[in-house]
This record gives sequence, structure tokens and C-alpha cells, in this order.
Amino acid sequence: MFNKLMIATAALALSLTGAAYAQSPRNGGTIRYTAPYGSSFAGLDILASNRTQDEIWAQAMHRALYSWDVAQNKPVLELATAVKVSDDGLVYTYSLRKDAYFHNGRKMTADDIIWTYNHIMDGSKAYPGARYIRIIKGAADVEQGKAKTISGLKKIDDFTLQITLTDKIQPGFSLDQITTSIYPAKEAEEKGFASHPIGLGPFKFVEYVPGSRMVFERFDKYYKPGLPHADKIVITPMGEDSARNVAFRNQEIDTSILGPAQYQAYGADPDLSKHMLEVAELYTRVMGLNPDYKPFSDKRVRQAINYAINSELIIKRLAKGKAYPATGWLPPSSAAYDKNLKPYPYDPAKAKKLLAEAGYPDGFSFEVIATSNESWGVPIIEAIVPMLAKVGIKVSIKPVDGSILSQMVRDGKFQAFIWSLSTGPDPLAALKCFDSATPQSACNYTKYSNPEVDKLLKQASNEGDAGKRLDELKKINAIVRDDAPYWFFDCNKAVMAYQPWLHGLQPDPVDLAVQNYENLWVDKSSPAAK
Amino acid sequence: MLSFLVRRSIQMVPILLAVALLIFILFSVIPGTFASSVGSDGRGMLDSKVIERMNKEFGFDEPVYVRFGKYIGDLVRLDLGTSFRTRRPVIEELGARSWPTLKLICGAMLFAVVLGVPLGFLAALKPGSILDSGSMVAAVSGLSVPKFWLGLLMMYLFALTLRWLPSFGYGNGGLKHLILPSIALGVAPMALLARTTRAAVLDILNADFVRTARAKGMSEMKVVRWHLARNALVIILTTVGLQFGAVIGEAVVIEKLFAWPGIGSLMVDSVALRDIPVVQGCILFVVLFFLLINMIVDILCAIIDPRIKYD
Repeated sequence: MFNKLMIATAALALSLTGAAYAQSPRNGGTIRYTAPYGSSFAGLDILASNRTQDEIWAQAMHRALYSWDVAQNKPVLELATAVKVSDDGLVYTYSLRKDAYFHNGRKMTADDIIWTYNHIMDGSKAYPGARYIRIIKGAADVEQGKAKTISGLKKIDDFTLQITLTDKIQPGFSLDQITTSIYPAKEAEEKGFASHPIGLGPFKFVEYVPGSRMVFERFDKYYKPGLPHADKIVITPMGEDSARNVAFRNQEIDTSILGPAQYQAYGADPDLSKHMLEVAELYTRVMGLNPDYKPFSDKRVRQAINYAINSELIIKRLAKGKAYPATGWLPPSSAAYDKNLKPYPYDPAKAKKLLAEAGYPDGFSFEVIATSNESWGVPIIEAIVPMLAKVGIKVSIKPVDGSILSQMVRDGKFQAFIWSLSTGPDPLAALKCFDSATPQSACNYTKYSNPEVDKLLKQASNEGDAGKRLDELKKINAIVRDDAPYWFFDCNKAVMAYQPWLHGLQPDPVDLAVQNYENLWVDKSSPAAK
Repeated sequence: MLSFLVRRSIQMVPILLAVALLIFILFSVIPGTFASSVGSDGRGMLDSKVIERMNKEFGFDEPVYVRFGKYIGDLVRLDLGTSFRTRRPVIEELGARSWPTLKLICGAMLFAVVLGVPLGFLAALKPGSILDSGSMVAAVSGLSVPKFWLGLLMMYLFALTLRWLPSFGYGNGGLKHLILPSIALGVAPMALLARTTRAAVLDILNADFVRTARAKGMSEMKVVRWHLARNALVIILTTVGLQFGAVIGEAVVIEKLFAWPGIGSLMVDSVALRDIPVVQGCILFVVLFFLLINMIVDILCAIIDPRIKYD
């Protein structure tokens, strides 16, 4: 059933994408895009914000050393044309693009990259991208004030940059992050930059009306010939689902990210259903079980919870089918996803047996902290309460807001929590959350510790062969699934409705709302075609 | 009058300071920080070193009383601090958002006054008539309808079905975008004004001085103009003043719904992200606005009714 669902969805995504590419792109017009994760942006400095809401606008005007290739499902060189890797896998020598221009017309050089990376590591500022730059040798010293410049960055000439890493890892997974976007070294220090930023992306900044919109126009000197297609892009922050729904149906906006209720309504509409893009996003919804709470220290209890909950029913009834059952930590779009792995079946009898074996024949009680989110919050817990009650487990709910949830989980102040957690794009990084050396405050929220997993993670980190590494990662995912530190609930099926005149959208599993605007184009039927 | 103005202005200071203290205590007590809110979408996780630096940059490594002292010190110098999220001065953030909010509130109140006051007057002049019953049913409905739902309904009707107006946004600040949110926000004060006006006018119509005026043979038009309107206006103005204050609070919902770039939507986002300086700035803005409006109303009442003396 699950495999059929996956195949059908993949076919749908491919056919939709295929349809979008069927016509030849048309230049001109305005794309009216929406940012659905709030009613405002943080500002104009993308190095200072790591929220997806800001990545949506930053994708129009900024570029990092690497970018995420949706088709290949891996990071690829963006601001460089070639890279040579030393035998020990630590030194990367990049041949930078000679045709990459900032929006003021100046050519990008190695100095700009070096300046940006040093700027991100400025110890007096809390730039979120620091965690990604820290993979470069000497970056941590700059952060701690022990050095003024990152020793692992070396300019060979204007268009050749050498980066020395601290460990043998794939730098693309870190240096493709939007919070490591390259700024113009000299201009970024000037006063006007904060209000009128410039970048290397396909669109240049025109206007920002806080809380209302950001406007960008085509940059003619963009390094990819013939791109972007559109003349202009207007990005509106619209966090309110119902308002976005009306605006979309009224053809005032070109895209809308759909929630479960709208997914059902749009799917039932013969016209709207033709223009929906679906993808299994790299997020896994889980209920974390704290091993410090005695019952959860026993693997059998954690497994019993997985068996006692009918996830499929919840996905059908509450998520309205807008999710895939989780088979473990890694979601279906992950490169290391094992399609042979099955979700825990609904088996209350087995759950009862496991509970009895663990010494809880009459069950026990626990509290879950949850936000009001309809897809991974209080409504889901309310649905599992009667299911767990059937096996004798009493569940109480403590509603909190996102900020409090985030803090309580990091501090380990919970018995259980429910959350949607990023599990990509790098499967190794995602699974490192189960390394016993990873602190709870980082992402090992359930204080997971399994020597076998630690060993396999080390092996995978040092494995040069990509295929072998993926096999090792699949093994780790299977072990984690079996240890059940979480109730593996579901993986988000991100759905975007788009107007029939908009083409070139890509089913990006990292975040469907963040599109590569350079490929988007509008045909003549768009109200903003001119 | 001048001494009244000075006295009222001075009275505002302790009120504003008390509000500042309350907000500060509230945000010091409730869990969650800007750093934790950044990671609340499950994706934008920050590592512990960045969180440490963030807390240092924003002064969270200092004791609460030191932070409060600094906050009040800055406030006295009209410095509202720096936004955690945008790293811009809060005063600039408020500056960018206050004009759209003022436009929205003025639009809503204009709608409320233009419709509510005449409706209340007419209903009172013909009590028990269809107009009276109809307008009062409409007024009660207007007060009862949730703004969010009304806003959605109007979007569906005027934007989606009739396609007369845009359903969201600020556009270039023109009237077209202002109409729907203003009406959605103005319906409740309009209803309240209609009811208040009706009650006030009915009360005055039965007063001795009106009866005397009529007995002296004064025309109905003159009675309405010189006695009714003038006396009712004081009550209406006071209600308008209070409603201005209520509307700025309720604008939060409407701004969110219509993607209106005002103080309300800024406040909601800032609360969710624990951008405390901005939340504090927004609340102080709302309180100050409320106090100023009420001071203006007091002055206008004194101008309209010479019996009102503040000195």
C-alpha cells in the first residue's frame, strides 16, 4: 500500500514537473510569489536569519558557493566551475566563476568569499551560518577571538580559492546554505548596504515594504545565460492560510502552500487539482520519548507506543492524506531512504505484550508537550490518547508555543514532545543526531546512545565511496527505527498550488516553498504577463 | 487649558513606565527566548555556540535588574532598543509600520462614525419604527460577528465573487486596498456608536430643556441642531475616543488576515519570535496612542460643551 502510494506520488510529481517544462520558456512578466511562514520577513540581511521565511526571498537575490540540485538530490557547485580535492579529502581547491557579478556590476573574486566567511564567524555577532563555516579549519578560532582570519581559507588568485576543512566531510552540504551566501566584501561594509543590499543572484533588490512585500527585478548580468525568465518577482509574506486561499482563488497570487484542509478541497476541485505540486519534504514528524523518564528508558515500552498507535488512520483522518507514514528517521526523499523499511504496524496486542514484558502490564502515564499545530501538535496527540488508553497508557497534554517547545526540548525538560524535525538534505548530518556524542541541546533530543550506531556513523563519515556510505546510513536508520527513541509518525507531503500560467516549479524536498526563481516563467495568460 | 495639557502629559509618564515594567516582567517570566524561537520551525536550528553568542549580543547574560535598568534608561532617552530579529532600531521598525496602522484605524473609524452616528440619530428620532428596529438589529449583529469571520466573508464576496476589490495587501497604499480591512475593522465600532448615539439622543429628547425649546416654538430642525446634536456630541466623542483605543488592539486580527503591514502584524510576529524590544515598542505605541486620543477627545469635549472645565 505504502509503496503504491509512493510510486503514485512520484509519478504525479514527475508528470506535473514534466508538464511544467513541456512548453518553451517565455521571458518577461512578473511572478507573484508568497512566503507562507509568517506575516513578515526578518529584514534584508540573510546572514542574520536562518528562517525558511527569509530563505524564500533570499533565493531571488543571493547565491552561495554551492547550491542544492533538486534533480540530482545533492549539492552542486554554484559559484565555482570546478573543484580539486586533495588525497586526504581535506583540501578543496575551487576554480571560481569568472562571470559572476554582483548587482552593482562588480565581478566576484575569492576575496568576497573569504570576507563573507570571516564576517559570519565574527564572534561579536550571532550569525546562524557560523555552524556551517565551522567546518573550515581555523573558523572556530575566529569565532572565539583567537584569530582574526580563518586560517583554512587561502586565496591562490582572484578566481582560485583553497579551503581546508577540519574533517573529511562533504562541504557542499554546509556551504550551500543560504546563511552562507556570498556578500560583496567592500560594499557590504558601506552604510547603504543594509537598506539596499546587493548579491549574486538572478534578481536584484528593488523595494522592501516591511510586512507587505519584497520586490526584485531581473539582473541582466546573471551568470547563467538566458536566465532568469521573469522580469520581476514580488514576494508577499502571507502566513494566514484562509487569506492565501482567497487570494489564490482570486488569481492575485501565483502560488500557495496548502494545509491539510485546503489540500482536500483543492484536490476535489477539477480545475485546481490540475495544478498542484507535491513532494515528500525532508521533515519527519515524531514524538520524542525522554529516556530519563523511567518507562521510556526501556526499548520495549518505546516500541509498544509505536505499535499501539494507528498512524495510518491519523494520516487519513487528520492529515487528510497530506503525509507519508514514517518508516524511521529518514523521510522518503532522503538519499539514504530504504524503501524496504516498513512503518511499525498497528498492533495493540503486541504493544500490550511488550508493555507486560517491560513490567508495565497495567500501563503508565506520561505528559506530552505540544504546540497547536494541526499536523504535528495538540490535535494529533488528542487522536493518540484513546489509542494508547487501549493498552493502558494514559496521556496528558501540555500545550505550549513553538518557542517554549524548542527551549524545553533542548533543555530536556519533558517526558515526551511532538515536533516536526528537519531530516535532510544530508542523511549523514541527519543521522548524526543519534551519535551519543551529540548533545541533547544540539539535536540528540532523546539522548540516544547506541555504540553500534556510533561505530557505523564513524565508518560512514570516513567512507569515500558514496554508495557504501549510503548502505551504512541505511543500516543506522534501521537500527534507530528498531530502538524507537521516537514514535515515528509521518513525513510531510508538501503541496503547492500554482496558477496554470506559472511554469518551471521544482518539487524540492528540502522545502517546497523555496524555489529556484531563475527557472520560473509565466505564459501570456498571466494577469501579470507584461 | 494649557495647565490641563501639561498635567495630562505628565500623567502619561507613570502610566507608560508602569506598562513598560509590566511588559518587561511578563517577558522575563514566560519561557522561550529569541534563540529558542528561531528553532521552533524544526529546521532553523542554532547550535549552542551561536545561542551563547546570541544571548550575549542581546544582553541575556546579564541579570534581569541590570537589563531593566538599561531598558528604562534607554526609554527615558526615547531609545526603544534594537530588534533581535532585524537588528534595526525598534523606533525605525515602528516608524515603518505605524502609518499603515494609522491609516487602517482612521479608515475604520471614519466608516464607523459616518454610518453609525446618523444611523443612531435616525433610529432615535423615529423610535419603534422599522428603521429603528432594523438599525438596532444590524448594530447588535455588527457587535456580535467575529472580525476574522467577517473579514473572510467580505473577501469572498467583494474579492472572489464580485472581483471589485483586492483581497489582501497594502498595494501602493491606495484606497482600493484600504476598503475591505477598514470595513471589517469598523463594523463593531459602527454598531456600538449607533447604539450609543441612539441612547444618548433618546435621553436628550426627553430632557427638560428640549421640551422647553419645543414649547417655545423652536423648529424641530433647530432643536436637533442646537440642543440635540451639541449635547449628544459629547457622549459620541467620548465613545469615539474609547473605540479608537479598542480598534488599535483589534487591528491585530485584521492586519494578520489582510496581510496589512501595520503595528498589529508586527506585534504578532514579534511575540511568536520573542523579539522582546519590538513587542515592548508595539505595546507602548498602542498605549501612547490610546492616551493621546483620549486627551484630544477631552479637549474637543471642552470646546463643544463650555460647561466642561478642566482648570
